[in-house]
Order: sequence, then C-alpha cells, then structure tokens
Amino acid sequence: MKKLSARRRHPLAALVVLLFALAATGGLYAAFAPAEKAQADSAQSLATEEGKKLYSVGCASCHGTSGQGTHNGPSLVGVGAAAVDFQVGTGRMPAQQPGAQVPRKKAIYDQAQIDQLAAYIASLGPGPAIPTKQQYSPDGADIANGGQLFRTNCAQCHNSTGKGGALSEGKFAPTLDGVDPKHLYEAMLTGPQNMPNFPDSTMPQKEKKDIIGYLAQVDSSKSSSPGGLELGGLGPVSEGLFAWIFGLGAMITVAIWVAAHTAKARKS
Amino acid sequence: MSTASHEATDATARRGKAPAGERLADWADGRLGIYGLAKANMRKIFPDHWSFMLGEVSLYSFVIIILTGVYLTLFFHPSMQEVVYNGPYVPLQGIRMSEAFESTMHISFEVRGGLLIRQIHHWAALVFVAAMLVHMMRVFFTGAFRKPREVNWVFGFLLLVLGMFTGFTGYSLPDDLLSGTGVRFMEGAILSVPIVGTYLQMFLFGGEFPGHDFVSRFYTIHILLLPGIMAALLVGHLILVFYHKHTQWAGPGRTNKNVVGMPLLPVYMAKAGGFFFLVFGVIAACAAIATINPIWAFGPYRPDQVSTGAQPDWYMGFSEGLIRVMPGWEINLWGHTLQLGVFIPLIIFPLVLVTIAVWPFIEAWVTGDDREHHILDRPRNRPVRTGFGAAWISWYLILLVGGGNDLWATHFHLSINAITWTVRIGFFAIPALTFVITKRICLGLQRRDRDKVLHGRETGIIKRLPHGEFIEVHEPLPQDQMHTLTAHDQPEPLELGPDVDENGVRRKVDRKTKLRAKLSRSMYGEGAQIPKPTAAEHAEITSGHGHH
Repeated sequence: MKKLSARRRHPLAALVVLLFALAATGGLYAAFAPAEKAQADSAQSLATEEGKKLYSVGCASCHGTSGQGTHNGPSLVGVGAAAVDFQVGTGRMPAQQPGAQVPRKKAIYDQAQIDQLAAYIASLGPGPAIPTKQQYSPDGADIANGGQLFRTNCAQCHNSTGKGGALSEGKFAPTLDGVDPKHLYEAMLTGPQNMPNFPDSTMPQKEKKDIIGYLAQVDSSKSSSPGGLELGGLGPVSEGLFAWIFGLGAMITVAIWVAAHTAKARKS
Repeated sequence: MSTASHEATDATARRGKAPAGERLADWADGRLGIYGLAKANMRKIFPDHWSFMLGEVSLYSFVIIILTGVYLTLFFHPSMQEVVYNGPYVPLQGIRMSEAFESTMHISFEVRGGLLIRQIHHWAALVFVAAMLVHMMRVFFTGAFRKPREVNWVFGFLLLVLGMFTGFTGYSLPDDLLSGTGVRFMEGAILSVPIVGTYLQMFLFGGEFPGHDFVSRFYTIHILLLPGIMAALLVGHLILVFYHKHTQWAGPGRTNKNVVGMPLLPVYMAKAGGFFFLVFGVIAACAAIATINPIWAFGPYRPDQVSTGAQPDWYMGFSEGLIRVMPGWEINLWGHTLQLGVFIPLIIFPLVLVTIAVWPFIEAWVTGDDREHHILDRPRNRPVRTGFGAAWISWYLILLVGGGNDLWATHFHLSINAITWTVRIGFFAIPALTFVITKRICLGLQRRDRDKVLHGRETGIIKRLPHGEFIEVHEPLPQDQMHTLTAHDQPEPLELGPDVDENGVRRKVDRKTKLRAKLSRSMYGEGAQIPKPTAAEHAEITSGHGHH
C-alpha cells in the first residue's frame, strides 16, 4: 500500500479517481438498468422530438406552439394519436383554408412523419391510440350486423351505402367510398369535425369492425351492383334525372326519327 | 230454292271460294258488326309531327307497366308479416324484415329475369309520368285544349294525377327504408290536417304507424283501384281523340274543317306498332343499363332508421320541395297544435297541379270564344298563355330543386341553407320573372315573323352597291311559308263600351265583366301581341320602290 500512499498526492491522482468513479457508476448502471426500456424510450423521445419539429412547421400556426389551440384551431391536448393519424392521414390536416368544413385531400406527410406527429400530440395528454390492423380489418366481420348498425347510426348523414350527404351551412358528411378501413375506425373513435364520436363504451370494437365489413361489402371497389349502373347510389333524384335525360330524351329522338320517316308521297 | 239463291250459288261457283281472310272477316262481321267500325276508322287520317307522339310514349309505357306489373304480382307477397332473410344477398342475411321486402328481394335475386322486369317496371313508371307531363305541356303550349277538347284535357290531367299516386303507392310496396320514409312523410302530412287528421291516419294505417296493413292496402290501390280508373280514363281519352280528330299545325291546305295526314291503316298502324317496340326497347335498355330503386342497398324499413338523400320518385319531388323549404311554423292553442309547416305544403301541393289544369277554362272564359279549334297555335303567337305555361314550369322546377336541396348542396359545394332560401324567394319571384321574360321572347319572335313576311329571309349574301354601301340581300319567303306565318288569328281584346249609354245614364258593369275585360286586354291588347302583317302592307312593301 506504500506505493499507493506515496502517489496519492500525485497531480494526476484526482483524474484517476474520477475515471474509476465514472467507470464504476457506468458499469453499475449498465449492469442494473433495464436495457430494452431505455432504448424504447429514446426512440419514443426521438419520435416525439421529430414530431414536435414537424408540428412547429406545419401545425403550430393554428393549433398553438404547444398544441394549446388558438382561435384558428382547437386544442390538441388529449385528442390522441388516432385523431392525428386520421386528420393528417386523410390529408384533411394541415387545412388548406378556413371554411365550413375541411375536405379530404391528398396527404402531404408520409406515414412515418404522421407517426411522429401522432407521437408528439399523444405526449401532450392521454387520448385514443392508433388502432391495430386486428381491430380495423374487415376480415371476420358480421356484415349483416354491420349493415344494421350502419343504418341505425350512420346512414342519416352518410346515406345507406355511405355515399355521403349534406349537413347545414355547407357542411357535409363525406362519401365513405375508398376510405381506408383504419381511417374509418379512427373516425368512429375520434369523431372528426361534425361527426359524433363512438368510443368503445358506446360502440364496442367488434361493432366498429362489423360496420367496416359492411362498407367493404357495399361501398368499395370490390362491391358489385346487381342492377347495372349505380347512378351514384343517390336514390330517386339521380334516377329521375336519368329517366328524363336518357329515357325521355331517347323517346323524343326516336319520335322525331319516326315522324321524319313517313309514307309521304314525294312531289318531285 | 228461289231463283236469286240459284244465281248466288252460281256466282260463288263461278268465282270460287272466297279467300280465308275474307271469310274470317265475314264471320266476325256477322257476329261483331266490325265492318261499320272498320270502315269508319281504318282510313281515319292522322297528321304527322313528332310532338304528337308524346302521348303515344305515355300510352306505351302504361302498357309496359301493366305487362311487367302482372309478372311482378306472381311473386310479390303484399304482407307485413315479419320474416328473417335467408336469401343470397349477404349483407341482409339474418335480418328481420317484412314479407313484402323479402319477396321483393326474392324477385330481385332469385326469380329468373325478376330484377330486369322490376327495373323495366320502375323505369317505365318514371318515363310514363314524364311523358304525360311533356305531352300535357305540348297540348298546353299549342292551345290544343281549346274547344272541343276541354273534357279530354281534364281526362289527361286526371291521368297525370292518378299516375303520380299509382307511382307513389307502387314505390311504397317493397317496404324498404327509403319508401318507408316516404310513407312516414305522407302519414305526417295526413296528421297535420286539423281535426280529422288523426282519424284519417288511423283509418288508413289501421292503427299506429306503420301498423300491419298499409302494404296490403296500398297493393290493392296500386294494382287494382288506380290502374282500373286509369284504364277507363285512358279508353275515354283515346275515344275522344278519335271523335275530335287530331289537331294539326297551320299550313297550306289545312283548315279547321279538315285533317291533312296519313290514314290509320296501314301507315299509322305500322308507325304506332313500330313505335311501341321502340319505346319498349328504350325502357328495356334503361333497365338493363342502370339500377333503379336498389332496395337491397336501402335495407328493410324500420321506423327508427333513416337514410340521408331520402327523396320520392321525381314526380312527387315538388311536394318534397314544398315541405323542405317551408319554415317550421306551428300554432299552439288550447292544448292543440296546428302544424303549419306541414299543413301549408299539403294545401299548396294540389294547388300547384290545379293551377295549370284550370288555365283552359280561364282562357275560354276570358276570350268568350266558343268556336271549334283544330289548328294549333304556335306558342309565340299566344305570349300570355306561353308565358303562363313557362312560369308554371319554372315554378315546378324550383320546387324540384328544393326537393333535392341536399344533393345540390353536396354536388355544387353550396350551403343547403342558401339553397333553401333561394327556393323560398324563387317560389314567388322566379315564376313572375319567367312570365315576363317568356312573353318578351314571344313578342320578339312575333316581330321576327312579321319581318320575315314583309321583308323576306336573310340570305347571308352581302352585296356592295356602286356607291360603296353594303347591303344584305333579302329573299321573299315562299308562298306556303308566308301562309303558315300569317295563318293565326289575333283576337281583339274585349271592350266594355262607353261608360254611359245613349241616354247619358251610367252603365252598370259588374265586377266580373270588368275583370274579364282587364284580363282580355292583358292577353290580346296593345303590347300583348304584335299585329301580323296584312296583305296590304305586304303589297305596299313589295310594290318595288328600291330594295328593302
């Protein structure tokens, strides 16, 4: 121990001790810290961090610098990741201009960016999470039950096969044709814009799945129209227009043709 | 055996046996007396014009509706018994529905040709009412309703109204969510009638809505009662057309006392027969191409469900418009509610139709004209009548816009409230505006006709005169065109005469006569028609003082 004792006043002694101490704490930390969680946390915080950056550029002007809302946009505290995924994923947000309703348009963020934005908004307060494929996939849905639920809860605004309809003052229930099942699920979960929301407490997950199954059957590119052209699926107004323009129009054309061809005795 | 009989037998022997057709005709004539009928009608003359075939379109659609309707009755069960669906249409499997809806699903998905026949039936119904309306407008704008055809005008009008209600009852039969909403609407309208409304509703539905009776009751009304009355009216309508003979356009050689055209047999038999198949073909093509009333998409009716875009078929659309734009007024007195928001539209609904139906009688009263008219008016030559008809159409159309206000909103990106307000104002303003504009256009066209008769037709040939002036060469009209353009008569407005009689005593003129004179002035007075050129004017202008 003499050696140690002799050199304890060496100018570099403090540095050596510090190195040892650091190595010890680091080693202990490495030994005892839950390694996986630490990694996930860093990924999460990274996503949140990135999301905040995207948010500051694309969203903050209306929703406030920390999502508290302004007179141009509502507070996003507690809306949850599902709401972000729906609004940004369907291109509704960022909004192009103020108006009666923000319409669906081409999404300007890719899914990775949307996830980052969602992570940031979710960090502001607890809210519904993005549903899993298991939840929203139409596979295994009870289509008939979905139809019944759709007619009871959705058809009064969206029309009985989801072709959309008008609401007051220029607002509207959009067509559901071609909407991603995930977005259908999120819309039911979060109630975007004028739509009421259907949380799991009022509409269990299975029922949401049934509705999505029904829509996949009657209002998608795969659905068939047994009677021929659907004419927009809008009911008697478009049928009446068709009857007048093509039905009666053809009748009058034919009548003119028949009247023009007669057994008239030509004079010359 | 007498000598005559001997001679007859000899004659038969000489000529051989009569041909089979003749013998058949002879057989039938001996029992039915068809010779007289055929002789009188086979060579009946009909004039040729495409607009005279609009009535035929209605007639043939009616026949098609009856033929396809009979097929549908073979499979349809007019019952509101509740059953569970087990058919091939997956989205409704296991759903409870009435037997009426279930049998309509059966027709659509399982009966051979069922869906096509259903769609032909429904498209034909839409075309039927549309053709009736257009036919009626043709009769209106050409003045074909004048004496002696007023009764036939009324028959036609009744056919239109009955057609609308037959359509409505038929549309309600499948008991689907869309039509059930329409029946609920009708029930609400009945309930809004003061005092008797609730009793009427209970009587019609046999209890609270929807009850268990309305489908079977509507079925009887739809397939028996209304079509029966319509068939009778239709026969009467056609007999009267034969009796009055068809009207014709003015032209050389055409007078009020003759009909210029082609004989019924063979020309019109061939044309009309062929036209029937063309009409059937067009309707069948529509039915093969486009879906109508896809009840499977609507689902069965349940009073707790409703879909947006719930409209009736187009011919009831104006009633939907009335209810959609009417403010929701109501009066609450002594514990009773008078639901004006529904009752006022219910009153205006028949008034809209009656407005056009009474015009012939008003016109006849104002003009005091009791001559027979078989020559049609060109619409421009009766500006007030044409203006009125156009105003009525615009009124009808603005109500149709109101009836589809939600689809206007979504498809033109407008506010539904703005559309509703436009219709509310337009209900009063647009007919008035249309009347004025149409009348002006008619007068302008009359001036143009006058100009054409007096100065000839513009040839499009520009000539430069020696001193440099450019003129367009006008060519005198052919004689027959001049005749056609000046064939109409221009009635003088009714004059009341002097205020005092020859003894200086004030004449008593009752209010009715005054009104009549006023209306007559507005129809035929100054500013309501352009004096048609006289022979003297024409002679003076064409007497040859330089070009004109």
